[in-house]
Amino acid sequence: MDLQTITYIIVGGTFALYIGIAIWARASTTGEFYAAGRGVHPVTNGMATAADWMSAASFISMAGLIAFVGYDNSTFLMGWTGGYVLLAMLLAPYLRKFGKFTVPEFIGDRFYSPTARLVAVICLIVASLTYVIGQMTGVGVAFSRFLNVRADVGLYIGAAIVFAYAVLGGMKGITYTQVAQYVVLILAYTIPAVFISLQLTGVALPQIGLFSSTVADGVPLLTKLNQVIGDLGFATYTGHHTNTLNMVLFTMSLMIGTAGLPHVIIRFFTVPRVADARWSAGWALVFIAILYTVAPAVGAMARLNLVDTIQTGEVGSPDGNLAYDDRPNWFKNWETTGLLKFEDKNGDGRIQYYNDKSADFNTKAEGFGWKGNELTVNQDILVLANPEIARLPNWVIALVAAGGLAAALSTAAGLLLAISSAVSHDLIKGAYNPNISEKGELLAARIAMAVSIGVATYLGLNPPGFAAQTVALAFGLAAASIFPALMMGIFVKRINNKGAVAGMLSGLIFTLVYIFWYKGWLFFPGTNFAPDTAEYWVFGISPLSIGTVGAILNFAVAYFVSNATEAPPQEIQDLVESIRIPRGAGAAQSH
Amino acid sequence: MDNDKEAGIAYWKANLSLVKWSLVIWALVSFGFGIVLRPLLSGIKIGGTDLGFWFAQQGSIYVFLILIFFYAWRMNTIDKKYGVDEE
Repeated sequence: MDLQTITYIIVGGTFALYIGIAIWARASTTGEFYAAGRGVHPVTNGMATAADWMSAASFISMAGLIAFVGYDNSTFLMGWTGGYVLLAMLLAPYLRKFGKFTVPEFIGDRFYSPTARLVAVICLIVASLTYVIGQMTGVGVAFSRFLNVRADVGLYIGAAIVFAYAVLGGMKGITYTQVAQYVVLILAYTIPAVFISLQLTGVALPQIGLFSSTVADGVPLLTKLNQVIGDLGFATYTGHHTNTLNMVLFTMSLMIGTAGLPHVIIRFFTVPRVADARWSAGWALVFIAILYTVAPAVGAMARLNLVDTIQTGEVGSPDGNLAYDDRPNWFKNWETTGLLKFEDKNGDGRIQYYNDKSADFNTKAEGFGWKGNELTVNQDILVLANPEIARLPNWVIALVAAGGLAAALSTAAGLLLAISSAVSHDLIKGAYNPNISEKGELLAARIAMAVSIGVATYLGLNPPGFAAQTVALAFGLAAASIFPALMMGIFVKRINNKGAVAGMLSGLIFTLVYIFWYKGWLFFPGTNFAPDTAEYWVFGISPLSIGTVGAILNFAVAYFVSNATEAPPQEIQDLVESIRIPRGAGAAQSH
Repeated sequence: MDNDKEAGIAYWKANLSLVKWSLVIWALVSFGFGIVLRPLLSGIKIGGTDLGFWFAQQGSIYVFLILIFFYAWRMNTIDKKYGVDEE
């Protein structure tokens, strides 16, 4: 059977499974739609959270970003796991004790102000929409390869499927579907990694293979990688080449963004008890860590395999580079999507892949008769192309396609749910029309989903970065706006309505303006005020890292404004006392 | 009632101190060993690179896991000790 047929069978089979579960568990009341009736076991919940969490950014994009940069992009690994520590200790148990359905509800009640709730809804929508744009980029990559079409066509088809899928079920559908998705995506990620680790190092566990010696010549894998890419003028893989301050701020931004993203927090509303909320965060991280500890091995090994495929002989020797006519099948397939490009600059019919930004190496390259780097690889394709580059069996390649689609779909659906519940539950029912019927609320939720996916698809055509980078921007926004308000709401009794609103608004606006300044207003290409490169950034802080500064601003503004105005009323102080203690956590209530 | 309140305050103090120490370790392994203190650890070699690289790409994640489970277990004991656990 050829690859395309196997891919259709495996992808089709997994999809039938997800849709079957979604129909079987179709949501009937609004309570079930949002929080699955609160009967979810911590391990199940952890697994579903992991599937929800590990999106196109983690699955498709992250290892590619690590592969092409190396150590400096370890930020993604630490940032997207470290946030769970904050979530388990600073937010999840207390929000579960509070016992409402959504994040804006907590903020509205704790800061006794409809305005605070409204501001929280706006923060939530801005962060989630940015997140969905990143997801749609990944959806486009996955579908274009799967259907052998150009990336933009893949995006349109993917968007239609995400929409149909999210509208079908609510959270309950999604909770059990996501358990199935987790299983598919983790197998799809780890199986090829084990194969490749065995090929290169003879060690089955990729986590150990990364630090082992290669089978071919007994040199440690990372030493060999440094050497191979160094020979082509690239910076070392294990070296630290970027601004340390920026690296710290970026990691922090991803961490507190994790703890501030509503679609993750909402998961902890669905466990039966406060103690379960703590365990759930741990279980979620167990399932996430399986992928996150494998990802750096995938990155390093893929980079090595890619270079070995292109640079077949001695660097600089006339036949040391792969002839374009001999290019493997995966190369042709990815050329169709437009995400892999070759341009024969020196007309020798061979592919030269090297760092033409390095002045030193360029002198050498000219000596070889090279006229510039000829291969452009979109970093988002690396994970999906990886098993083909390593010549793994067809069923493994098909499985990876199924995993990539599962990752992209599950998170996009979870986010759409968070956005739609913010609009229908918090905005319409909470602020505009409290008497809306359950039916009306569900309808509003679905219209909100349709609008957000339309916007995200449009902006996903010209995304502000690779999937994981766009997603990182969303984390920055959540970090700067929602996390400080939640944390202070629990840990600092003195914060009042005025402080919280002023803090959230200053954090959000500051971060948005800094991002738009470099990435373009509302992410429209060409509308940026300054080029998005390190020499233009203030103190070398990139728009991806600015969320941390926004969060500090949020904390400071909220603190000073609160202390300059009156203390919160007694009943609010009692409320804070009560959420700090697990005893008495009942079922959640709607307003 | 007053007893409850005092127990509540002591409970909260115990929680805060546990959180504080956990977060010190959290920051030390990631921002410390993984990034800022990496040059200090560069003498310790591991598989073609140094310990700081390992902490940045592997070690910090394992420590995060241990921290969360330790916290969840410890908090459950503290809940019971101060009589504020869920019945």
